[in-house]
Amino acid sequence: MTSRKSVLVLGGSSDIGRAAARAFAKAGYDVALAGRDAVALEPDAADLRARYSVEASTHKFDVLDTASFESFVAGLAALPDVVISIVGLLGVQQDAESDLAHATTIMRSNYEGPALILGLFAEKFLGRGSGTIVGVSSVAGDRGRASNYVYGSAKAGFTAFLSGLRARASRGGVHVVTVKPGFVRTRMTEGMKLIGPLTVEAPVVGDAILSAVENKTDVVYVSGKWRLVMLIIKTLPEAVFKQLKF
Amino acid sequence: MTTVSGWGRFPVVESEMLRPRSFEAVAGAVVAGSVARGNGRAYGDAAIGAARTIAMTGFDRVRWFDPATGRIRVEAGVLLSDLIDTFGPRGFLPSVVPGTRFVSVGGAIAADVHGKNHHCEGGFGRYVDSILLRSGAGETIEVSREQNSDAFFATTGGMGLTGVILEATVRLRRVETGWIRERVISASDLDAAMRALEAGNSATYSVAWIDCVARGSELGRSLIYLGEHARADELAQGADRFPVGKDPGLAVPVDLPSMTLNRYSIRAFNELYYRMGARRAGGEHVVSLYPYFFPLDSIADWNRIYGRRGFLQHQCVIPEVRAREVLGEILGRVSKRGDASFLAVLKKLGHGDGLLSFPLPGYTLALDFPVKGDILNFLDEIDRLVVAAGGRLYLAKDARQSRATFAAGYPALSRFNAIRKALDPAGNIRSRLSQRLFDEV
Repeated sequence: MTSRKSVLVLGGSSDIGRAAARAFAKAGYDVALAGRDAVALEPDAADLRARYSVEASTHKFDVLDTASFESFVAGLAALPDVVISIVGLLGVQQDAESDLAHATTIMRSNYEGPALILGLFAEKFLGRGSGTIVGVSSVAGDRGRASNYVYGSAKAGFTAFLSGLRARASRGGVHVVTVKPGFVRTRMTEGMKLIGPLTVEAPVVGDAILSAVENKTDVVYVSGKWRLVMLIIKTLPEAVFKQLKF
Repeated sequence: MTTVSGWGRFPVVESEMLRPRSFEAVAGAVVAGSVARGNGRAYGDAAIGAARTIAMTGFDRVRWFDPATGRIRVEAGVLLSDLIDTFGPRGFLPSVVPGTRFVSVGGAIAADVHGKNHHCEGGFGRYVDSILLRSGAGETIEVSREQNSDAFFATTGGMGLTGVILEATVRLRRVETGWIRERVISASDLDAAMRALEAGNSATYSVAWIDCVARGSELGRSLIYLGEHARADELAQGADRFPVGKDPGLAVPVDLPSMTLNRYSIRAFNELYYRMGARRAGGEHVVSLYPYFFPLDSIADWNRIYGRRGFLQHQCVIPEVRAREVLGEILGRVSKRGDASFLAVLKKLGHGDGLLSFPLPGYTLALDFPVKGDILNFLDEIDRLVVAAGGRLYLAKDARQSRATFAAGYPALSRFNAIRKALDPAGNIRSRLSQRLFDEV
């Protein structure tokens, strides 16, 4: 055991997860990486140890297996100082419109699972009287759009959950951060047409998460431009908005 | 298919771009006509597959690091900038760095890149202990000086043509600080410049910026930069031991009109640059490693300054005995044209390590030209001078030399081809460069 701070990254194999892990390790945090395939996370854990001389461990975590959440939390050697959920599934909107199983997986991966696991950690953190919870949500949750409302609605639910949790937990010494990355060049967005000036690389998101935790920011739009874009999108009258196909 | 080009943005060609996420996926990605690509800093067509280009920058993990010896095992896509930022503050730097830090380790091995210390310490390949290679035949093998040494010396400087470099073990250099003790010498002509480089032979780092529009009695006038790693007790009071490497602050946002660089603007720039440098000449200053090693990295996308048609870098090396005469002739012709830009570099090199490594004992001259007019014919003429003097061109910069020029400059080519054939009997690994210069047609 060390006296260093520690962070748990749920979704540690994702590009944003790896970037966040590096940002925290660089700042001196010990890191626990959690994902569906713990063995596949080992090279990333080794990378953190070699680069930053921190402790890094790997853990099996499946966001759809909600029944395992309590034993997952109980199985951690120590309660981390910070927990970050980067878990999510973009899915395929067109499929989700008619395939209930696919729609269900998108909703559970982006809302049910992340909300339940962070809720569990919140209880533990409140019991301890300290801790930071970070949920990576999405600008897609700011308003349901024709092109991705199944994903967007789940992210909207997650954003609302984090907002309520923040209001409640702040009185108990626990801080909650909501991160809305916008377009990020990652595996999830590979092949998508991204708008250059609104797109960032994963390490930028990793650094933004670290600075939000250290500065106790509530809601982070990684690129300030997105705050403006979403403000416009949110304030369009519904009669106009429903004509838009994006 | 995607449109792909090198850093010089010439040529621009079609190739299928694949971004595998596991070594198994890399293995599956190798089909006839494939080559790996690192961070795309080779200037011409070296990192463009004949049919398919395999992007390796996603492989950016450090496998282990031994602070007792400075040895490090990394995946091939790790950038030197990443190693400098991460391990510099811990007292370790890459033993060799080229003029940009934004190159991958895989690319640095494939081009056996040289730095300002080549005259005394050799190239990047000299500090590589072993390489994990996915051969064209589909085998994954570890190659080193002791094990599969043929493949090791063919892979070092082999332009990715022996297979896909997956990982490498590299020796880093221990440093006390991230600062360089720099001495600037002004040389009024080519003779003085070569004398200064010769006299600077014992310096760890030495390089000359050469004004290639200066003519007549000023032909070859230069500023010579010598450098040594600064010790902690040589830093100014209160200075951080390791400077912060800033992301490029300036960026060239659009392709500038190709007339931006003309003989008048270049002449004016060079005059100013030479005078400012000459004023600093003589004394010693301590400078951050970033501007010392990577002066152009502070301007993102500087290649766009040459406009949409791109540019060519001509980098040759001339064996020592003929160097003065041939460099004088080349500079004379270049200054007459007046369109070679401010990025002319003169440097002394030592022996290369790999079969196709560029360096040989002598002087290397690197010149940039915008792609326009009769530049291709002009460079063919220059190549004739280089070949006649027993010199050669750097493959990492090349986009246009002829098969004959290449064959004349690289006598180990047949040996390289035999090793390549053994590693890849079906000839799966092929780049645009290998097709252009030496694949059987």
